[in-house]
Amino acid sequence: MLNKIYDWVDERLDITPMWRDIADHEVPEHVNPAHHFSAFVYCFGGLTFFVTVIQILSGMFLTMYYVPDIENAWRSVYYLQNEVAFGVIVRGMHHWGASLVIVMMFLHTLRVFFTGSYKKPRELNWVVGVLIFFVMLGLGFTGYLLPWDMKALFATKVGIEIAAATPLIGEQIRTLLAGDPNILGAQTLTRFFAIHVFFLPGALLGLMAAHFIMIRKQGISGPL
Amino acid sequence: MHRGKGMKFVGDSRVPANRKPNIPKDYSEFPGKTEAFWPNFLLKEWLVGAVFLIGFLSLTVAHEPPLEKIADPTDAGYIPLPDWYFLFLYQLLKYDFASGPYNVIGAFVIPGIAFGALLLAPFIDRGPARRPGKRPLATGFMLLGVAATIFLTWESVAYHDWETQRSQGEIVAEVEVNTEAEGYAIYEQQGCINCHGENLEGGAGPALADTGLSAEEIAEIAVNGQGDMPAGLFEGSDEELQQLAEYLTDPAAE
Repeated sequence: MLNKIYDWVDERLDITPMWRDIADHEVPEHVNPAHHFSAFVYCFGGLTFFVTVIQILSGMFLTMYYVPDIENAWRSVYYLQNEVAFGVIVRGMHHWGASLVIVMMFLHTLRVFFTGSYKKPRELNWVVGVLIFFVMLGLGFTGYLLPWDMKALFATKVGIEIAAATPLIGEQIRTLLAGDPNILGAQTLTRFFAIHVFFLPGALLGLMAAHFIMIRKQGISGPL
Repeated sequence: MHRGKGMKFVGDSRVPANRKPNIPKDYSEFPGKTEAFWPNFLLKEWLVGAVFLIGFLSLTVAHEPPLEKIADPTDAGYIPLPDWYFLFLYQLLKYDFASGPYNVIGAFVIPGIAFGALLLAPFIDRGPARRPGKRPLATGFMLLGVAATIFLTWESVAYHDWETQRSQGEIVAEVEVNTEAEGYAIYEQQGCINCHGENLEGGAGPALADTGLSAEEIAEIAVNGQGDMPAGLFEGSDEELQQLAEYLTDPAAE
């Protein structure tokens, strides 16, 4: 049955080359921890992607309860954490996952750096990877405000002050992020929500697609 | 693959009619112990992922995500703290050479150079050598950067006042207040409510729930004042005073 469905689709869309492109590539011995245990350092990138998937899924569930407005944001998080079945687990996964994704990405960056894997012809992939790093830091910064508790508000105040100290365009950046040149409030929360849930994830997915397509195109860098 | 003249397509589409069989490549010709990604390697990767997920979920179950009390922009004494992975930047801005008039150095010049070099690493370290030992400058600067980040984070954690951090954001349990009681009516009518809040949560004056004071002590303060509270605010009868004081020792009572 499944084969028949596959054949039916394949006849019309010729998906076999695409499928073999995604699934059928070699895994060299030097990156396979089953052959050399030290090759576990090559797992960090995949685990970063794994945590990212967890972040996306848990984040989708969080938005089922979260209300991005200063009256209800904190209350909705409190409700989710204390009243909703397994809400504390979902929020916990998103909260700790945010830290974990930074840790795994940091380790992945160090692996790529110290194996010299960013050298020709992989320069562009390194640049895209560092951009992903920046996007992740941006996600961490904007997500920190969303529970609208004390530490969220005051850490964001400091962050916005730092951004506002940018030479020449500081005030414009502040207004863009906070929604107002002086107040950090309702507008800031909705803007950070939009940035956290739509703008940065969109950029992240695009960059990750580029990252993976380049890996498939170039293959994994050879052994040292 | 057949191309050009004589090529057959599916209907009027651009999909060729002769299909490629879905057979995996044979990797025995590849060097070393190369194996196929699907399904051989992916299965192992899933196992690693499963172990990782167990560890991750254990962390999640063991540690509830922190939530402080609802944001109060008027609390000027709150000491802010960013998430741990921004601590190194936060700490950098505390040094004399990177704060105040030199804020631009701490906020932009130093991080800009560090992250700019990270972004452009392939164009700075252009030699063909890949081993860390063969490119001492790249390795040295990276180790320096990592060491500096760890040091700054550690400094920030070591000098932060964690005691205050814990207490300053704590969620204060809402007290149950019986607003039907006669004591509450007096509380309202005598104007106590203006400074001590609708739910005894405090405001201009301190919170009145769970003060631990006896009825006599409360009556004494209501009449004579305390601290910023002037004397003579209570203008009711002695009986009302007694009722109010007793009510405030246990505001939840029916």
